[in-house]
Amino acid sequence: MMMPTKTTRLIQLWLVSFSVTLISACGSTDEGDKQTSGPDFNMAYPPSAGGTMVDAMTGEPSGLIAMIAGESAASAIAGNIFNSLLKYDKNLDLSGELAQSWDVSSDQRTITFHLKPNLKWADHQPLTSADVMFTWLKVTDENTRTPYGSDFKLVSKAETPDAQTFKVTYAAPYAPALDTWAGLHILPKHLLKDQDINNSAFARNPVGSHYYKLTEWKNGQYLKLSRNKNASQGQAKIDHLLSRIIPDKAAQFLELSADNIDSMGLNPIQYARIFPSRADLTKNIGLYKELGNSYSYMGFNLKRKPFDDVRVRQAINYAIDKQEIIDGVLLGLGEPVASPYKPGTRWSNPSLKPYPYNPSKARALLREAGYADTDGDGILDKDGKPFSFEILTNQNKEREMTAVLIQRRLKEVGIEVNIRVLEWASFLGRFIKPKQFDAVILGWSLSLDPDQYGIWHSSQQAPGQFNFISYNNPQADKLLEAGRLELNPEKRMQIYHAFSKILLDDSPVIYLSAGYGLSAIHKRVKGISNPAPAAGIGHNTYEWHIPKAYYRNEMNDQ
Amino acid sequence: MASYLLKRIFWMVPLLVGISLISFFIMHLAPGDITTSEASFNPKASEESRQKLRALYNLDKPVIVQYGLWVKRMANLDFGTSFASHQRPVFWQTTDKDGNVTLGMIQEALPITLLINVLSLLLIIGIALPLGVVSALKQNQLADRSITMFVFIGFAIPGFWLALMLMYWSGVQHSWLPISGLESMGHESLAWPARLWDTLSHLILPVFISGITGLAGISLFVRNGMLDVLHQDYITTARAKGLNENKIIYGHALRNALLPLITIFGLSIPGLIGGSVIAESIFAIPGMGKLFYDAVLMRDFPVIMGILTIGAMLTMLGNLLADISYAWADPRVRRGVM
Repeated sequence: MMMPTKTTRLIQLWLVSFSVTLISACGSTDEGDKQTSGPDFNMAYPPSAGGTMVDAMTGEPSGLIAMIAGESAASAIAGNIFNSLLKYDKNLDLSGELAQSWDVSSDQRTITFHLKPNLKWADHQPLTSADVMFTWLKVTDENTRTPYGSDFKLVSKAETPDAQTFKVTYAAPYAPALDTWAGLHILPKHLLKDQDINNSAFARNPVGSHYYKLTEWKNGQYLKLSRNKNASQGQAKIDHLLSRIIPDKAAQFLELSADNIDSMGLNPIQYARIFPSRADLTKNIGLYKELGNSYSYMGFNLKRKPFDDVRVRQAINYAIDKQEIIDGVLLGLGEPVASPYKPGTRWSNPSLKPYPYNPSKARALLREAGYADTDGDGILDKDGKPFSFEILTNQNKEREMTAVLIQRRLKEVGIEVNIRVLEWASFLGRFIKPKQFDAVILGWSLSLDPDQYGIWHSSQQAPGQFNFISYNNPQADKLLEAGRLELNPEKRMQIYHAFSKILLDDSPVIYLSAGYGLSAIHKRVKGISNPAPAAGIGHNTYEWHIPKAYYRNEMNDQ
Repeated sequence: MASYLLKRIFWMVPLLVGISLISFFIMHLAPGDITTSEASFNPKASEESRQKLRALYNLDKPVIVQYGLWVKRMANLDFGTSFASHQRPVFWQTTDKDGNVTLGMIQEALPITLLINVLSLLLIIGIALPLGVVSALKQNQLADRSITMFVFIGFAIPGFWLALMLMYWSGVQHSWLPISGLESMGHESLAWPARLWDTLSHLILPVFISGITGLAGISLFVRNGMLDVLHQDYITTARAKGLNENKIIYGHALRNALLPLITIFGLSIPGLIGGSVIAESIFAIPGMGKLFYDAVLMRDFPVIMGILTIGAMLTMLGNLLADISYAWADPRVRRGVM
């Protein structure tokens, strides 16, 4: 029996080497300093064209017609390929993209866009007002599978007096109109007019007018964009943008460490804990943070007792320590907010301050509302019923941790909180839509226009609409209506500042935090504004450049 | 034989209908549909537009009507198009009037998953067979104990953790193997031997991980089957008549011990088309597991049904193949069945 013995020895050997492998994989982090011999990425170089930037995304776009695809991966890629009429500049003011200028009529109902001269599609065809018209017709078409049509259906008349002019008339003044035109990618009529936009091959082989065009799409693997030589907006510096699809954040991080990708989005732990402790990484990789246009909140079901009582809502607001949530959940990488607008922008009312953490004030307000601990069990009660409620949230680690911190703080003032975590679709279908909840922890990620009629107006409470907390304040309603009619930015700002004040006093939701968007970008990529301006670091990607000395050697194909 | 086969295949049809009916209803029991994904929870997307979408996808109709529509399409072997992925065909490619070919989702994901699973099955057999035989021959000795411990470590170790550790060790620290994905950048420009190596090197870690975690089952199965057979009378007889020990073990014992494995492999055929979500996510492999998982999260009904139907068909085919191979391998069964 020679063979089994040999096999046994082999196996034993293999066992040993296997465990050695594991141990060395866990133990020796400092072994990976092969990169220290590479070039010094901290040198400055004059801007030059060329190179490839590789980034990682967790999800794959379903198509590149953003009005139909709808997910963020699609908008991120399509944003490099298509133009809108307007765009937000680095200070988040509207400026022209395809439009050179625009006029608003004196009755504020008609907007006339004047296109820039000599606009071209990537296939050399001229881009004219007919394309804009075509896009508007498609987004409002009953057969187009887009969830974003309703804003554009408010246009009662669209005209193209000449090839450079596109004119829309609204039945009533609609202030968010300009923002909606900044979000609508203009599509080429000559390529799509005979196609069913819902399943056109164009979505996977698009032709746009922006800095880049799609040159390769390997399903599930990567999308490659290359410079559009016909771009009417000028030329970007970097030749190719390669977006790899890597669903797992840990795998992305390993690819970044191995210098196979140049950028990725980070979570707070990676940003605040892992990177600072790894000099070998921070030597070559720059970290960036920017405030996004989103915030997280705890919202009450205002139709349920006791949340119909403003004193109870305010008491809970005082009892929650927001800084603790920012420090504990976001590792300090967030800001407290006092209005549903991005801090630092025009719409955010600088005189408003978040409710401070003040448990004694919370107790006083609860006493005022009739709550006392009569049976001495540590939980407040009223009319014999203990003050106990349930916080619902969806499967999201940050929200779950937030809920636990809130649970503890509310217990200190005598409120019992139960937490329930649900899968998104059942959360929405079984609890939000039929309004079967006490309180929820959620987040809003909003567009840059201050109009939040859909979220706060009392008319928007039907199942499936977004005022699911049933907020109803006639004064707020009036301001929300006025804000939609006023196109003058200064006057509009006054309206939303007043609205934010009412909202803060009413406390129908408790603003918890606005987290930073965090990203890591390899230092071979130059020209990134740091600190980020209001619009974020991505506002000037076309000016980013990679010096020739820093090209990856496997990718110097031109 | 032929009539037996025909009968078996005939009975697959009602079985398939039953499976699809149950799957369809269970799928619709889960709350939500394509219009209620987290991304669509956006004030810009109005409830009215969502209702319109529901109508366009026939989601506003009663479930039984939707099932009828699905069966009608399936009768023409049309798996339909995905809701979530811009109307991509679920199963096989389609060509539009301008000659643009859109590849099917299962068509793309299946070969990748199949390749990885077949390779890891081969790896498992290649390692588990000798391990099981050695274990049985050295029952309760050091070799047996260490093999058992080793396969159980492999079974118990969290695959995602081992995957990340190996990715770090072989990809970041040593640059021996690529970390994730299926191909390197510039794969197309390589000569074919380099291309082959490129693809293989991307597969090494995923195959190894799914192999190491699957060793325990097969090797213990072989070990116990071997032990059973070694205690049979005919082995004692063979030894008594002085037959060469190698011939006893490999010519008589092992062949009989392997018979039940046929059933196991038959049953693992449907498993071959199902990928592991975790492994595919970590290694960024666009396979069946990720496809199915994403479809469930998005409530992409045509894709879910497509994968379930193909899975059900393969399961039944697997059973049939197992039965046929059993009959082929074991004369006792052959005489009993046919």
